Formats: sequence, C-alpha cells, structure tokens
Amino acid sequence: MIIHHPILGPRDAQEFVYLGDESLIDRPDGMSAGIEEFHDYAYNRTNPAGEHRELWYHEQGDRSWLVVTRNTVTHEITKVELARDVARAKGRTK
Amino acid sequence: MRYSGFRVIKEALTGHKGWKPVWRDPTPQAEYDYIIVGGGGHGLATAYYLAKEFKQARIAVLEKGYLGGGNVGRNTTIIRSNYLLDGNEPFYEFSLKLWEGLEQDFNYNAMVSQRGIINLIHTDAQRDAFTRRANGMILHGADARMLSREDVRKMYPWLNFDNARFPIKGAIMQPRGGTVRHDAVAWGYARGADMRGVDLIQNCEVTGMRIENGRIKGVETSRGFIGAKKVGVAVAGSSSKVMAHAGMRLPIESHVLQAFVSEGLKPLIDGVMTFGAGHFYVSQSDKGGLVFGGDIDGYNSYAQRGNLPVIEDVAEGGMALMPAIGRVRLLRTWGGIMDMSMDGSPIIDKTHVDGLYFNGGWCYGGFKATPASGWCFAHLLAKDEPHKTATAYRFDRFLKGRMIDEKGQGATPNLH
Repeated sequence: MIIHHPILGPRDAQEFVYLGDESLIDRPDGMSAGIEEFHDYAYNRTNPAGEHRELWYHEQGDRSWLVVTRNTVTHEITKVELARDVARAKGRTK
Repeated sequence: MRYSGFRVIKEALTGHKGWKPVWRDPTPQAEYDYIIVGGGGHGLATAYYLAKEFKQARIAVLEKGYLGGGNVGRNTTIIRSNYLLDGNEPFYEFSLKLWEGLEQDFNYNAMVSQRGIINLIHTDAQRDAFTRRANGMILHGADARMLSREDVRKMYPWLNFDNARFPIKGAIMQPRGGTVRHDAVAWGYARGADMRGVDLIQNCEVTGMRIENGRIKGVETSRGFIGAKKVGVAVAGSSSKVMAHAGMRLPIESHVLQAFVSEGLKPLIDGVMTFGAGHFYVSQSDKGGLVFGGDIDGYNSYAQRGNLPVIEDVAEGGMALMPAIGRVRLLRTWGGIMDMSMDGSPIIDKTHVDGLYFNGGWCYGGFKATPASGWCFAHLLAKDEPHKTATAYRFDRFLKGRMIDEKGQGATPNLH
C-alpha cells in the first residue's frame, strides 16, 4: 500500500506503524469520565467493513501521525490528513 | 452411513454405488430452538456437541457461503496446548484431549497427527520463560519437554544453528501437538451434526436480528426471517459485523493473516516448528508442501488477502532458519480474517440481549481450539453457564481488569 503523505508525498506503508481507529484521538477527560467510558474508549472498536479512518505513525520518516481513510475491504486509500489537523479541527489544542 | 474399513471394501466390490451425499440441503424452518450463526469449524462443532452431548433438538446452522469456507479452510492446521496462563491452558488442554478422540467420536478421518511441536529458544531469558511455561503446562495436565541444542540438532540437523542474531540454543517441545486435516474437521462435524438432525443451511447470510424487550426473537437472513429461542454467533473474522446487528461494539479488530505453501518436497520436517523471534513457523503437509506463516499484516482488513511486504518478511524468516529452502518455490499464498481481540484471548459469553450468545476473538489461534470452543459454546447455550474450562472468556474481563494477555501487549490487537 502507498500512503500519500500530505507533506512528503507517496510513501510505502512499510515506513509506517499502524495504531488503529481514529477514535483513539478522542480520549475522554480523565477528571470527569467514568470507568465505563474509559473502558469503551480503550477496548471497544467499531471495526467496520468498508471505510475506516485510522491512525498511522510515520516512524521511518518525519515522525508525524496521520489519519488515513482506507477501505478495509479493498485496501484502497482515499484520503490522508495530518492527525494534528484532524485533532485541532475537533477543538483539541494539540 | 457409518464409515469403516468394511464399508470401503464393500463399496469397492459394488462399484462405489452406495456412497451418498454426506449432509442434507434443507430449507429453513420457521423457527428453531437454537440457531448457530456461522458454518465454520466452531459453529459446526457447537451444533454437533449441542445435539450429541447436550441432547438439544431443533438446531440450525446458518452459513453465508458454504460450509467450512472461512478460516477453518484457510489455517495452517496446527493443534497444541502450550499456553501459560490459567485462563487459557485448561481450555486448550481440554481441546487437545478432544482432538485425540475426535475421529472415533464423529466417525470421520480428520487425519489427526500428533507429530510434535517445538518452539525454538535463542537466549537464556527465553529458556527461562519457556521452562516456566512448560511447568505451567505440566501442572495443568499437558505434556512438555525441554530440548537442548543437541536434541534439536538430532531432529533437524540442517537448521541454521549459528545464525548471528538468533542462534538456536534449544527448544520447548509438546510431543502431543501436531496437525489435523483442517477441511475434514469441518466436514466431520457437519456430517455428525446433520446425522443428529441439525439443519445446515448454506447461502444464508444473517442481515439483522429481531430483538424485542431485550430478548432475541430470531434473525433476519437473506432467506427470510428465522425465529429462534437462542442464537449463538460463531463467525470469527466477521464478529463485529454480525454483532453490530445487536447494537454491540466489540473489543475486537479484524486483521488479515497470510499463510503459504511451497511446492511438494521430499520429507524434511516431521513435526511443527516455530521460530518466534523470526516471525516464522512451519510444518510439512502429507503431500510434501511446506506449510508456513508468520505475523498478521497489522492493519484492519476484511479483504482475505494480504500485501507483499509480509510475504517478504515471512520468506526472510524462513531463510534465516532454514537456508536449505532457498530454491524452493512458493506455490500459493492466501489470507484469512482474524478476530484480533484486545488481550489476544477469545470470548465465549452471553451478551446484554437475553438469548444471544457470542463466540469469537480467536486471534490466529482458533483452529486448535475448535473442539473445545464448540463444546464450551454448546455448554453455555444449553445450560446458560460457562463450561469450567471457559469461565475466564468473558466480555467484562476488560472492564474488570482480568485480561488474559499471554504476551503482555495490552490493548494493541495488531501486536498479539
């Protein structure tokens, strides 16, 4: 698979480390969330067959985190964004 | 029809006119007491034991494709019970004992071959860890032996013992481990279940679940609604898809695992060998092909096929261990979809819906578990309480901090 890095252009997926569902960005607030909410965040996944937004880390490149939109049935990648931009768009400070 | 040597001779003398289809092709009834979703190894084993051991009637198995067309037909056929943790080892040892009696039990030749499995050791720390594991196995009634470097050399003198990175220092062996003809397992269970009146319904995909007042009433399928008092789902690989019909999100990711077979060779490896440090394991089929594999590809996938970098990685592992195979040609590669759970261990449990039960999360270790998985799931379905060897395989173990994490990797499914 080739991941079209927003800054570096097309890169082989082997340069990246895979983490999982993009929802891992949305960590609940540790001061207010209950154990059930954290359990759901840490362990449960939607795991769709089809379009999946997921986190890849460019370990052997510029060490950036990316949000890759990829089809889990065909492996086709349709969109690649910097995870930083995705998180900021959701109101995160970093 | 009962299979025996006598029957083979009789059929040979009468022109083989007496062989009949091994199972019926029934049309679904309006309602069953039990519906098992998934006609793979685990689902068929569940139906078989439900009918045979727990004397339950009116059972159907619903399969979206054909029987045994998923992971039971795609694995590398290894059986073993070499686990460490209390939550796992009694279950897998129960499974191995069922394998040992399986062919007599269901009157079908599954070619159970206890040819022994060894896991190679490269460091002192690894030997300590494997010795601990061997002791744990023996304490749970399984068998284990520690092999020295010379013991391994006697078995496989052509291995690369002096690899600079991973020199072979010994191995842990489970002599009762081995291989089984994987398709025959599905066929044997299917035949045994059909003979006991189970309806095996193929080309019947579950497209929804009818749940009223917190209780399952049946399933919507591509062949219409089928009512049921209890529904058991055993569709590892597609668990998240099917359980989403009941509004559930599971502690599971679906990943692709590839497997490989080489062209046929003369006898080379008489057992099963794993080279964990090199992400490679291998056995030799009765036809002579080297059957081998390595790690999962590492990203969510439902594609049943993987990518080339993992093929290269596995081939490198094979070459590091066995330089002699350098000119052997790869015959086929294929992929299967694994339910990778958050701690690397399976789930056999009730759900929040009355009458809806779940069996999945087998990671890439589901084949060896097939008999015990079927037995324990049938036990849960029939008696509403877990079998004594499967009490730890609960959904709430993640919430309660009771993970069964053999590798200690945490909630990273692609690393288990």
